[in-house]
Amino acid sequence: MAKTPESGRNIQLPIYMDYQATTPTDPRVVEEMLPYFTTKFGNPHSRSHQFGWESEEAVEIARGQVAALIGASDKEIIFTSGATESNNLAIKGVGRFYKDKRNEIVTVVTEHKCVLDACRHLGEEEGFKVTYLAVQPNGLIDLEHLRAAVTDKTALVSVMAVNNEIGVIQPLKEIAAIAHEKGAFFHTDAAQAAGKIPLDVEDMHIDLMSISGHKLYGPKGIGALYVRRKPRVRLHALIHGGGQERGMRSGTVPTPLVVGLGKACEIAKAEMAKDAERIRMLSDRLYNGITSQLKDVVLNGDRDHRFPGNLNLSFSYVEGESLMMGIRDIAVSSGSACTSASLEPSYVLRALGVEEEMAHTSIRFGLGRMTTEAEVDYAIDTIVKHVKKLREMSPLWEMVQEGIDLKSIQWSEH
Amino acid sequence: METHGTYLDYNATTPVKPAVAARVAEVLAAGGNPSSVHRFGRIARMAVDRAREQVAELVGADIEQVVFTSGATEANTLALRSLAKRAAAEGRACGNVRILISSLEHDSVVGAAWANDLPVEEIPATASGVVDLDALRAMLAAGGKVVVALMLANNETGVIQPVSEVAALVHAAGGYLHCDAVQGPGRIAIDFDALGADTLALSSHKLGGPLGAGAVVAKSAALLSPQLVGGGQERGLRAGTENVPGIAGFGLAAELVDLQNAIQIKALRDDLERRVKAIAPAMQFFGATAERLPNTSCFALAGLDAETQVIALDLAGVAISAGAACSSGKVGVSRVLRSMGASDSLARSSIRISFGWGSTAADIDRFCAAWSALVARRAARGGNETFRIAAGQ
Repeated sequence: MAKTPESGRNIQLPIYMDYQATTPTDPRVVEEMLPYFTTKFGNPHSRSHQFGWESEEAVEIARGQVAALIGASDKEIIFTSGATESNNLAIKGVGRFYKDKRNEIVTVVTEHKCVLDACRHLGEEEGFKVTYLAVQPNGLIDLEHLRAAVTDKTALVSVMAVNNEIGVIQPLKEIAAIAHEKGAFFHTDAAQAAGKIPLDVEDMHIDLMSISGHKLYGPKGIGALYVRRKPRVRLHALIHGGGQERGMRSGTVPTPLVVGLGKACEIAKAEMAKDAERIRMLSDRLYNGITSQLKDVVLNGDRDHRFPGNLNLSFSYVEGESLMMGIRDIAVSSGSACTSASLEPSYVLRALGVEEEMAHTSIRFGLGRMTTEAEVDYAIDTIVKHVKKLREMSPLWEMVQEGIDLKSIQWSEH
Repeated sequence: METHGTYLDYNATTPVKPAVAARVAEVLAAGGNPSSVHRFGRIARMAVDRAREQVAELVGADIEQVVFTSGATEANTLALRSLAKRAAAEGRACGNVRILISSLEHDSVVGAAWANDLPVEEIPATASGVVDLDALRAMLAAGGKVVVALMLANNETGVIQPVSEVAALVHAAGGYLHCDAVQGPGRIAIDFDALGADTLALSSHKLGGPLGAGAVVAKSAALLSPQLVGGGQERGLRAGTENVPGIAGFGLAAELVDLQNAIQIKALRDDLERRVKAIAPAMQFFGATAERLPNTSCFALAGLDAETQVIALDLAGVAISAGAACSSGKVGVSRVLRSMGASDSLARSSIRISFGWGSTAADIDRFCAAWSALVARRAARGGNETFRIAAGQ
């Protein structure tokens, strides 16, 4: 336990501020799930006994809960093993189904790696033409660029709802309209958005949407793909077999995980407004607390069109690795979890035009349902203390303080 | 635990063992993404690493050979599609690449086999429920590059297949062998090297672990082509944030496998078959002349259809199955039993009883009481002639 200097309240260290990598499973979700491991363990596809029927009923209730969160109907929800599978299924599945008539895919350079890799696979191995749209410095796509990229050969436009690294929200409804002008389907990776911001597939005209359980306080190992029925979107399955999930995804549906996802969606729907307000308050507190004490801190991504639970900040004149080491008590990330072990600067930040040095000093603060004010205050104090200390040791910082323009310096080569 | 009475459908899914459920709950509460470098991430990573050791140990493989998936269906797809892709590339020159699957395979293997734009041929089975080796030899003699799929033990009959023998034949022909080993663990000993298959599919929820986890065991990672691409998890062979609680539970369930328990289970199964036979002497047992899993019994009484039995037993609080769970909702005839030469009407009368770690002698008493009552009721109501003769009435 540690005490924050100002509040004096006790907090548990380390502090979790990496809600984009994964969220804690809500205790209410865990409670809902546990009986399905032990006493209600039936295979939901067993049609010959109560154990099976009970499981099947639980699966269908959960399907309704997921559908309700995004304004879909139950039959449009396909359970998968997670958002990676949902994205792979949406992109490869739709691409392959319509390939004879439409063999182009349009996506964005700042998409999650699994979207980019699925697209690249179609491009390199299956003869698709893939267009990767650039983003503006604020992380949002330029709709006119999109309009120019979508053709009557485009099968699918895939643009994520909320970016995992910088939290910006893309204009989904406008993107859908542009895709539909040319008869293309619109898929959105909503792993970071579902349960956090209002999403309505009808209002936004979304054709396919990927959802992740463990990003909305549900369990890992489960996700969903929304597949529109009117007009009907068709796709080739990736996983074949027993014909579960209306043939789009075979394999025994994991009842406890599905129940957990359903409960997580139900809670998210009921508490979204409350959560959003709290998270915005905490996010403002963190941002203001840091920037009021430190100058040369840059918020990456658009200031307004963003999910406030994601604050991606670059701290000029400090070395990113040293800062991460210094604030070990705060579990944050310097980018996406999948690539966080690598020292490469984030491709998302680079796509925004952030210079390499600044990309290296970026930290993603992820706030969520369980984050407390005391934790935010502790984070502010820790960050401010370490950035100041590192800057004091930095010759660059010293030069800047002396009024030297670093860009004017001719560095000698060794 | 007995919410709906007696559960005798362990080949469909098993209840999670209490220690495993506790482990799953503990890991669920711990949270963390294994790809994150901070402490929460490292704790999650350790849980996955530990499970990998436990699953590798279960089948005598190296940890590098284990790739976690969302379950056996995904594992079968990953393995079979990978081997097919490889065979297609290697066999391009000869222009003759085929997939050969036994007539006994699970739907997920059948589905994965047909998804490759390659011709698929079925290897027949003998009347005892074993893959027909002579037929396989003849099919291999036709030449070309082959990928063969043969399960370790059949889910409906429990008949154990000669996997190592088939591996030798297939490898001598320059082909690849995938083995769906889902029904094996916890019932029989499994040694990946001794089996000789190139890839093996495993499921967590058939051995007292949670649903939503499975694995491919591959001789070498180079054999696999990822089906899900993205974050680089599982050394690039299967992208997607790991189902850490599920995998941890799978690992512990693998560690808790106790083949001593399988001996007791076999005694239960054999007792059940003796008593069933005493009730209806004409009862026909499928696969009983072959080597079988100790926990599975599949039998039919001519004239007493499976649906009637399943409903009557469910009403009596005994859960059994008329076939594989994934297809038990469909009205159809077991293609496994049909390939063993059973008539459609006999196949329609077959039921499957499968035992597991929670089964007791009392379960058999309840089954036999309910089942003999059903047979007696049917006989009293007249039944048809076939039935009366079969039931010995």
